[in-house]
Amino acid sequence: MDFGQILSNTLSQILSPTTLGFALAAIGLSIHFGFAGLLNMGVAGFMAVGAYGFAISILTFGLPWWAAALVGFVLAAVFALILGIPTLRLRGDYLAIVTIAAAEVVRLLFLSTAYKDVTGSADGLFGFQAEFRAANPLPQGTYGFGPWTYTSDQWWVIIIGLALTAVAVLFTWSLMRSPWGRVIKGIREDEDAVRSLGKNVFSFKMQALVIGGVIIAAGGIVTAMGTNVNPNVYVTSQTFFIWTALLLGGAATIFGPVLGAVLFWVVRAFLSNLLPALVDAGLLPFLSREQAQQSVFVLIGVALMLLIIFRPQGILGNKKELSFVR
Amino acid sequence: MTHPNARARTTRNRAGALLALALTLMGLLALPTAAHAAEDDPYRISGNVQLEGEPLEGVELTVDGPGGEQTVETDASGQWSVGVPERNADYTVTLNEETLPEGIAVIDETGEDTSPNVREVTVGPGGRVTTNFFIGEGERNTTSFIDQLLERLVNGVNFGLMLALAAIGLSLVYGTTGISNFAHGEMVTFGALIALLFAVGLSLPLLVAVPLAVIVSGAFGYAMDAGLWRPLRRKGLGVVQLMIVSIGLSLALRYIFQMFVGGGTLQLPNPLSGVIPLPGSIVLTWMDLLSMVISVVVIIVFALWLTRSRIGRATRAVSDNPSLAAASGIDVDAIVRIVWILAASLAGLSGVLWAYFRPGIKWDMGSSILLLLFAAVVLGGLGTALGALVGSLIVGILVETTSLFGVPDDLKYVGALVVLILILLLRPQGILGRKERVG
Repeated sequence: MDFGQILSNTLSQILSPTTLGFALAAIGLSIHFGFAGLLNMGVAGFMAVGAYGFAISILTFGLPWWAAALVGFVLAAVFALILGIPTLRLRGDYLAIVTIAAAEVVRLLFLSTAYKDVTGSADGLFGFQAEFRAANPLPQGTYGFGPWTYTSDQWWVIIIGLALTAVAVLFTWSLMRSPWGRVIKGIREDEDAVRSLGKNVFSFKMQALVIGGVIIAAGGIVTAMGTNVNPNVYVTSQTFFIWTALLLGGAATIFGPVLGAVLFWVVRAFLSNLLPALVDAGLLPFLSREQAQQSVFVLIGVALMLLIIFRPQGILGNKKELSFVR
Repeated sequence: MTHPNARARTTRNRAGALLALALTLMGLLALPTAAHAAEDDPYRISGNVQLEGEPLEGVELTVDGPGGEQTVETDASGQWSVGVPERNADYTVTLNEETLPEGIAVIDETGEDTSPNVREVTVGPGGRVTTNFFIGEGERNTTSFIDQLLERLVNGVNFGLMLALAAIGLSLVYGTTGISNFAHGEMVTFGALIALLFAVGLSLPLLVAVPLAVIVSGAFGYAMDAGLWRPLRRKGLGVVQLMIVSIGLSLALRYIFQMFVGGGTLQLPNPLSGVIPLPGSIVLTWMDLLSMVISVVVIIVFALWLTRSRIGRATRAVSDNPSLAAASGIDVDAIVRIVWILAASLAGLSGVLWAYFRPGIKWDMGSSILLLLFAAVVLGGLGTALGALVGSLIVGILVETTSLFGVPDDLKYVGALVVLILILLLRPQGILGRKERVG
């Protein structure tokens, strides 16, 4: 068993576009759930809208990459509006069911062979990064040290991802200490009290849904910049993984989502490297390699249950900030 | 697309300028970088050839177009794929019918094509295209619209009844405990897997295996309540937390199932696969009929239990208002336990029937209908058992009939989910729900 390799694979996961995409999605979800108390179970749908908006704008409409990213943001905002209008006046669990259903609708539409010319159907979309990579200011080559050695193309995605994450963190931080953020948190704590102060609760919730949704879409776009876009990624499990990451770090915190996303992927990468290696070394005689891989997801599910039962505020959170723990 | 290099260069400069503003990294930025090779993977045409869900191996296909003619054979999973050099180009895919097994041919889906084994495909900007051939008994599909509608309606009712078995449990659990149970789909899968274990693993006759599977499912429901949900109720977890616990449980169970049965599809023995001779074009197997009869009987018995028996009435009382029920002397904990057992048994039965309807058992079969279950429950009104039945029938019929009205087959679940969103706009309390404030 090569521990050096396992460790290196694990550590290099910290900066992968998938992790950065997760961090952004978790930040968006922290605005939805952590601060505004909105049960968005359609995170994967928002990411898919962003990623496909980005890829299709480039492939089908030939837009430059930054304009394509803007299209992804706008589509996510529209998606949030469509979801919010019927559900934000209703009880929280309705939003959960409708968002998870809408995310599934989005995925099925992208998966359908009916639109395969545009969406690529089950094969997904690829080959749209050329122009984005051409905008890379870094000279060609391989940089970095240790596990963090990437090509300049990969660094370019990482830089954009880190920059977007930093902007999102700063933005969330300043939002949440503004009067707007106080109203949002008030809605989470007691909607009726805020309504009695003359605030338009529906409108505030809608704004939170749109802002968070756009940040989640940014996560989808960063992931798409690094890899291909494939409908099999944007399944409901993806949503649940992002929830796990968010709850791990702390739902109602500024840095929690980022910490949670990084930890989630580090642990997941570590286990997915370690367990099959243990199987190969004959230390897990009752499992096959595939079963070892699947057991990682079992552990994620169990971890999610234990987290929400015993430490719902996450690593960084404060239990007082959690109105859903009553 | 005529001058890709020129365009790439201008946009690169523009983007470079933007970046210089955004990050102050860089006088270096103006340095020209070596042009990135825009070498994509070769573009691809692929597809699969199946006969009633079973892959056909060794079927020969010819792809002709820019780049020359290529011949490819399907692999063990019925799939084939060829690389082609150009996108935005037309190719002709011909399936060599001589390589198909005896007596079957490519079916013409549209009813207009005289040579359904030859397809024109366009490799779009995505660079990939999939074309699937529908193989059947070599006869043309010429059923009238009414006949098709009838057949779909029968299928829809069958599917809806099966959904109802699971949805009633989901709705009762929601009503009595407030949990939106995302692990309900896994309870459906569990029933099918246990039936598989008894019927195939231990070779018991179905008449024994299926009732045993239902009983084991009920025990599973009891175990979940005793081991997880009751302690959490004692701990006083909120409904949102409980919902997230059920999500974690669903993930864990689903992958445990996959660890046991792998990613493939397994079949239960089907002694009743014969088709009932019916007028018109309705294709109904004896198993379909039995499935419907079982569903109807179970639902009627359950409805009688719920409305007539003491415990059934107590269940409805708890579902209505747990505190009031507790105050009037009903043992809420016992009722909730009974509800979990019943919900799990019904879900398990529904899983067995779903395994025959699909057909086949797969590790994620339950979670694939979870959203339809939620749609059915919300449609009928959250927390009402009769509403779940009505909602399920509507969802089942909707799923089966939408493809008649031009909706592609792989989007058949979308209709039901869109209706779910619409019903929340127009009548959030559901069709049979009481009018109350849900905001």
